[in-house]
Amino acid sequence: MSNDYVDGNALAGDLQEIFAMDMTAATGRCAGCGYRGAVATLRVYQRAPGLVARCPSCEKVVLRVVRGPDRAWLDLRGTLNLEIPLPS
Amino acid sequence: MAGAAVSGRLTWRVAELAEARQQTHNARSLVFDVPGWPGHLPGQHVDVRLTAEDGYSVQRSYSIASTVDGNRVELSVQRVPGGEVSPYLCDVLEMGDAVELRGPVGGYFVWRPADPAPVLLVGGGSGIAPLMAMVRTRAALGSRVPFRLVYSVRTPEDVYFADELRRRVRDDAGLDVRLVYTRRAPAEATEPVGRVSVATLNTHGWLAEFAPNCFVCGSTGFVETVADILVALGHDPRRVRTERFGPSAPQRTQPDR
Repeated sequence: MSNDYVDGNALAGDLQEIFAMDMTAATGRCAGCGYRGAVATLRVYQRAPGLVARCPSCEKVVLRVVRGPDRAWLDLRGTLNLEIPLPS
Repeated sequence: MAGAAVSGRLTWRVAELAEARQQTHNARSLVFDVPGWPGHLPGQHVDVRLTAEDGYSVQRSYSIASTVDGNRVELSVQRVPGGEVSPYLCDVLEMGDAVELRGPVGGYFVWRPADPAPVLLVGGGSGIAPLMAMVRTRAALGSRVPFRLVYSVRTPEDVYFADELRRRVRDDAGLDVRLVYTRRAPAEATEPVGRVSVATLNTHGWLAEFAPNCFVCGSTGFVETVADILVALGHDPRRVRTERFGPSAPQRTQPDR
């Protein structure tokens, strides 16, 4: 894989639009290898019709988000679970 | 401010250019006036959207370089040759022109001033922007949290916020700044030209035993290298927070590592 990626911080706007809260500080587990880490640590490839986030450990796709004018498509099949900090 | 800044539905706001200054030969600081700006935490960023007359629109993320100051939001934009957004923001946008902006977003690469742990900031090139927001917020709040900044640039002409950093080193008690030059150093430099290394971070960072919060921002290669060094020096990976803005500028002939 090339160095042509940014990281999960770049997902902040599109995910906050969907979830109405910050998701980059959430901790996800990769369905491919079990890597556990903040969404912000994912590798994000932007040269695609949407945003493609890969696991920094095994490089499997863990999240994809595509934004249309009036809707978004979110594919999470590569993510086993997300642990989301909530204000107490 | 803090709660509102990390949650809530996002809306695009119209932001007007209120101030601009050249940072380096290929970077410009833009201060926008954003009515209704809810405030932000240092390290957060915004999405900027440009829309052409035919409806084609393109969006990029930029870190906020300023501390909270009413409706004012400062971004530092490095011109990426052939880019769709940065050449426009650097060369075309004039005072009073508007862009669409939404934010603040991001809750990971964020310094929380209530956290008393010492802070190590490591920036490469334009990666200084969110770190500058942290330095400025620390000063604005009168925080005594010890800060060390290691800032890697190619030449003395590539230093963003050069005058302000010189002033802050003198005036902001508890802030240390170390510049690392990768291509050409000024005559008064005490160390040879080179990249940020184990020795640099060993000497100018904090001991891992102090459990500092480390923030590393720069090109992807730079961030990978620095984060690996910090972990090798014993820092808890969970305390090494990273933000990568992609490959180093394409006009460079060598990878920025």
